[in-house]
Amino acid sequence: MLDFYSLILAVFVGVAAGYLGSLMVLEKMALVGDALSHVALPGLAIGITLHFYPPLGAFAFLFVSAIIIWQIQRVTKISFEALVGAMFTLALAIGILLYGDKLEDLEKAFFGDISQVTIITAPIAIGLCVVAIIFTKFIYNKLVLAMISEDLAIARGIKVARVNLLYLFLVSVVVAISIQIVGTLLVGFLVIVPAIAAKNLSTHMKRYSLLSSIFGAVAGFSGVLLWQVFNFGIPFPGPLVVFAGIAIFAVTIVMNWRLKITS
Amino acid sequence: MAENNDYVLKVTNLGVKLQNQVLLDHVSFNVKKGTTLAILGPNGAGKTVLFRTLLNRVPHTGSFEWSEKVKIGYVPQYVTASDVPMSVREFLSIGSGISVGEALHLVKLEDKNVADKRLGVLSGGQLRRVLIAWALKDNPNVLFLDEPTTGVDMDSEEPIYLMLNEIKKTQKITIFLITHDIHIIQEYADDLVALNKCVTFCGTAKDIGKPETQRIIYGEPVCVETIRGEA
Repeated sequence: MLDFYSLILAVFVGVAAGYLGSLMVLEKMALVGDALSHVALPGLAIGITLHFYPPLGAFAFLFVSAIIIWQIQRVTKISFEALVGAMFTLALAIGILLYGDKLEDLEKAFFGDISQVTIITAPIAIGLCVVAIIFTKFIYNKLVLAMISEDLAIARGIKVARVNLLYLFLVSVVVAISIQIVGTLLVGFLVIVPAIAAKNLSTHMKRYSLLSSIFGAVAGFSGVLLWQVFNFGIPFPGPLVVFAGIAIFAVTIVMNWRLKITS
Repeated sequence: MAENNDYVLKVTNLGVKLQNQVLLDHVSFNVKKGTTLAILGPNGAGKTVLFRTLLNRVPHTGSFEWSEKVKIGYVPQYVTASDVPMSVREFLSIGSGISVGEALHLVKLEDKNVADKRLGVLSGGQLRRVLIAWALKDNPNVLFLDEPTTGVDMDSEEPIYLMLNEIKKTQKITIFLITHDIHIIQEYADDLVALNKCVTFCGTAKDIGKPETQRIIYGEPVCVETIRGEA
């Protein structure tokens, strides 16, 4: 029997991750987003151990880590990639320490735990995705402008540091929710692949962000649907979401190559 | 003698020090309204830092005073546009100000197809004009141009300066121009400030043609004391 809550949540998670991911890919921070997602591991472990909603713990760890990285980067000018790399391995070490011998829980954290999606949690998660999308829409152009030139943005009165912090906060929210569907190891996919697929077909920003959101939704929905129908002997839908997204990416490569859309 | 309200900017003993490095030291000059001030100096002389300081981005000592209601348009030297799937129309639609068509008309990009082109596929000259159009969108009365012909071939440089000169006159704008090009300074600037952390020369743009001026600017740097007169 189909679980509609999971399917609907997969669509919203896909839209939100695709939309926010479109900015991360432009910032050349795709792998930062991927690594950042692993920082959620200790938060999930604490949530499971103390019996509260694990994505809440994941969000807390993600956001606190993001602030620490943001602040260290401002003070030391060490690159985001290097700092996220350090924080990610630290979080992984803490996470594994916290899980101890509870390997089944660790597996859920790595690959997703769709059983957490219930009639109560799904609407909350969907609501948070919608809020994250709306807030990101407000800062989207500011972030793009700062990407083109920080000086340009600041000359127009944009508080670049604040906008970046808000963006990191929203990424933390979306990643924490996405972990339920694809787990910490595969959530980077939802941030990266829909965006690069959209980039293959886009000469305009509007189309790029729209396609990235649609591809994220299609990958999320079809991956979870395929898992629910065929199962393929795996306890989580993450890998099928990845396969669906990669199929979309492959099609866009061929389309771009044949139609010369971006050249 | 210039009246006090003829000046758009007065800079007095401006100093910038970041991470124990002196980037600007006792910089003083005045800029008259409606003129073009060329800022010249070797790499690392503090030219871009001066712009950023005047935009209130950098902590500093000393002071600078803008005339009332100054609105600054800024054209940075470098932008990262090649990888962004954004059209010229979308770029120029960000924020308030004049319409995309008007902005493109100002910089003489009349070809209707340009508006729908991706920023990344524009030629160097077209991109610089689009950036100038962006800076002009908000109806500024001061324009900061940080080497505005970076990435532009030599044949396309002169038309851009001619266009800027026309815009200066029609829009009544004061231009601050960072450039290394002596010919451009002589042809299109009114005044000149040479920087090497401190001000090493301050005078009219025509002075750049004199051998003694060039010796001062390109020889061993000797700081000029506080300048109170016209730049």
